[in-house]
Amino acid sequence: MADASTTLGHGEHSHHHNMDAVDVFGFWIYILSDCLLFATLFAGYAVLHNNTFGGPALKELFSLPYVLLETMFLLASSFTYGLAMISMYRSNRQQVLGWLMITFLFGLSFVVMEVNEFVKLYMEGHSWHSSAAMTSFFSLVGTHGLHVSMGLVWMAIMMFQVAKYKVNPVMSRRLTYLGLFWHFLDIVWIFLFTIVYLMGAI
Amino acid sequence: MLEKFIFGNLTLDAIPFHVPIIMGAGAFMALAVLAVLGTITYLGKWKYLWTEWLTTIDHKKIGIMYIILAFVMLLRGFSDAVMMRAQQAIAVGHSYGYLPPEHYDQIFTAHGVIMIFFMAMPLMFGLLNLAVPLQIGARDVAFPYLNSLSLWLTVVGAVLVNLSLVIGKFAATGWLAYPPLSGLAYSPDVGVDYYIWALQISGIGSLLSGINFTTTILKMRCPGMTLMKMPVFTWTALCAMVLVILAFPVLTVTLGMLFLDRFFDMHFFTASYGGNAMMYVNLIWAWGHPEVYILILPAFGIFSEVVATFSKKPLFGYPSMVWATIAITFLSFIVWLHHFFTMGAGANVNAFFGIATMIIAVPTGVKIFNWLFTMYRGKITFSVPMLWTTGFISTFAIGGMTGVLMSVPAVDFQVHNSVFLVAHFHNVIIGGVVFGYFAGVTYWFPKIFGFKLNETLGKCAFWCWIIGFYLAFIPLYALGLMGMTRRLYHYSAETGWHPFLIVAAIGTCFVALGVAFQIAQVLVSIKNRKAYRDVTGDPWDGRTLEWSIPSPAPFYNFAFTPEVSTRDAFWDMKEKRAQEGPVTQTPIYQDIHMPKNTGTGFIIAMFSGVFGFGMIWHSPLMISVGLLGMAVTWIARSFNFHTDYYVKAAEVARVETQA
Repeated sequence: MADASTTLGHGEHSHHHNMDAVDVFGFWIYILSDCLLFATLFAGYAVLHNNTFGGPALKELFSLPYVLLETMFLLASSFTYGLAMISMYRSNRQQVLGWLMITFLFGLSFVVMEVNEFVKLYMEGHSWHSSAAMTSFFSLVGTHGLHVSMGLVWMAIMMFQVAKYKVNPVMSRRLTYLGLFWHFLDIVWIFLFTIVYLMGAI
Repeated sequence: MLEKFIFGNLTLDAIPFHVPIIMGAGAFMALAVLAVLGTITYLGKWKYLWTEWLTTIDHKKIGIMYIILAFVMLLRGFSDAVMMRAQQAIAVGHSYGYLPPEHYDQIFTAHGVIMIFFMAMPLMFGLLNLAVPLQIGARDVAFPYLNSLSLWLTVVGAVLVNLSLVIGKFAATGWLAYPPLSGLAYSPDVGVDYYIWALQISGIGSLLSGINFTTTILKMRCPGMTLMKMPVFTWTALCAMVLVILAFPVLTVTLGMLFLDRFFDMHFFTASYGGNAMMYVNLIWAWGHPEVYILILPAFGIFSEVVATFSKKPLFGYPSMVWATIAITFLSFIVWLHHFFTMGAGANVNAFFGIATMIIAVPTGVKIFNWLFTMYRGKITFSVPMLWTTGFISTFAIGGMTGVLMSVPAVDFQVHNSVFLVAHFHNVIIGGVVFGYFAGVTYWFPKIFGFKLNETLGKCAFWCWIIGFYLAFIPLYALGLMGMTRRLYHYSAETGWHPFLIVAAIGTCFVALGVAFQIAQVLVSIKNRKAYRDVTGDPWDGRTLEWSIPSPAPFYNFAFTPEVSTRDAFWDMKEKRAQEGPVTQTPIYQDIHMPKNTGTGFIIAMFSGVFGFGMIWHSPLMISVGLLGMAVTWIARSFNFHTDYYVKAAEVARVETQA
């Protein structure tokens, strides 16, 4: 901002250069608040997961290998997203799009598998209104799934925008946000997998 | 079928044509809205309204709109209070008052909800918007467009609450809507749904504001302003915003769970199927206790600014003030259980939370002494903001002491759910939060509007408020000890409560007079704005950066980003100027980079209102239109890359010389 004429010469994106640190910091704080949201749901699960109201215990309903495969899809998607970011730093638009596509497919597989698990449980008569334990399970896992689905919509928009505009500072800032969000959901899932599925299986 | 798709459960029966009080209030509200719309049309100001206000992302204008919302809602919430006091003053023995019980229940619920969420919160965010960026030498907040979204989401929440008066009904559950009463089994109508969606939508707005201001304060301070050189108001704002970030997600989830129970037949809090209603009480207070500190901390900050300015002394014990604020921020998260000692958590748990509660009195006491020592041997001017401050110190001390009294679980068992508690929290909220925000509005008013408020009418308002407050609430302490429980719609004559409640009602009349004086104060000040004009930009001989720029503050705030080296930065500048003489050099202005106005925040919020209303009435059409509208508007915005512009140096020079 020291010299107005040179600042103007850089065009409007110079603003984003200066503001990048501020913007990403703000997004980290949003992630923090989302953490609290999941923490509250986890607390609800901790209180209610044994209140099965005469129904089967939660561990009798899960298939661990199935959930492990789901987990692998999500973990792999985090890795491929990292590769997309590396391509972005190299300003290689084709590669960014390719890795985003792969990430999207992994994420989609995760969501499809989760929905399939939910449908199966529902069909077998273990729905969210059969007991408080099922209520807490469906809302905790479902909220995560909803987050991943929103992430997928976001990713689709990003793919469109990266294809339309090139890899510019605005795009890289948005991809950074989406990356933070995506890895955050991965970490939440690790807690979910451990606490709900693994500890539930003991 | 089609009707169900469009309107859901909404039919004409939802409008209570047969209840004259509601229809009267509704007609009054409709007339007021029509009058405002008519005036705008008559003056041809629609375009002005859209370009200058609805789409603005200037933090000062957003602050003004927050404060207008807060004062309108204050009138609504206060009308509820008057109705309750009138009911309790006459509903004794054979008289059952003028309100039917189900209406009375809605009134006390609406009073609490409106006063906390739609009066105190908007007033707090309004003052933050007015003062924080100016105090830290910033041109705007970190995310200006998000700021406008926050405002309009809050407005939509307020509109939903008020809509419930005429279309359908509001919750009759008390302001925190404890299940199982708020569950579908006991509250099958739309009242609780209005409650959930009004708070959910405005709560998202508050959370976004929390993120916005935390980022602003931590990342956008002017050069030289280290954390320990920040004005105290900014410090308290920072701590309050950290609390918002940590507490509001809990509220979102808790209300979400209640919604899932009601909408999807889930069993978080139901009495059967293994649900646990006590979890709701824990969760809602895990948000609710930090919430009271979210409200009071900025008020503490305002008092600190006011007391230093009007005593002509630096604030006594700045570091202890900051650390006391941080201590309160931390402690506010480990006291929530004191709201329900009687639930049966056991003696040890109660003892822990009782002691933690008592400990909070220590940093608060530190603050009280700091304010007193700042005044000690100071050159005090008893201007209106200072009057509110001194009124606060004495009133809040009483409220704090009754709070410490109730922090002893054994005592709390005696007064739990009695009007003693009602007296206590009004004592700290009116005596602390409300007085503080009134002081803040009076204090920063000239900076935003360019003229001062009338002093005489302000003093009249203050005296009416404080006398009215004591008359209205001290009797409630006595009544609480006599065994009167809260939220009573009728009581028998043998209780002997009647005279006390008459006194309380008289107190309410005094407060009403105070409100009338405030309205008169604003009107008279606007009328005489030329005479009250603040030409210096520094009407109170202030100490912090906001007083270093002209009044009203230009839209870009600072023509030059200030650099500071001391705590009371502007005071320091003034002293240097006195020694070295005024600057004679003509300033060379530069282009200023500013964000462009956008209607996106407003449009998204309006769609969120459609969505919320659809959820309340189970209308598939409104739900989908709302959701789709929000998503499309949001995504469309992401394709707009021309979101900022430059104010030319010549324009800056023009504005600066004009001021």
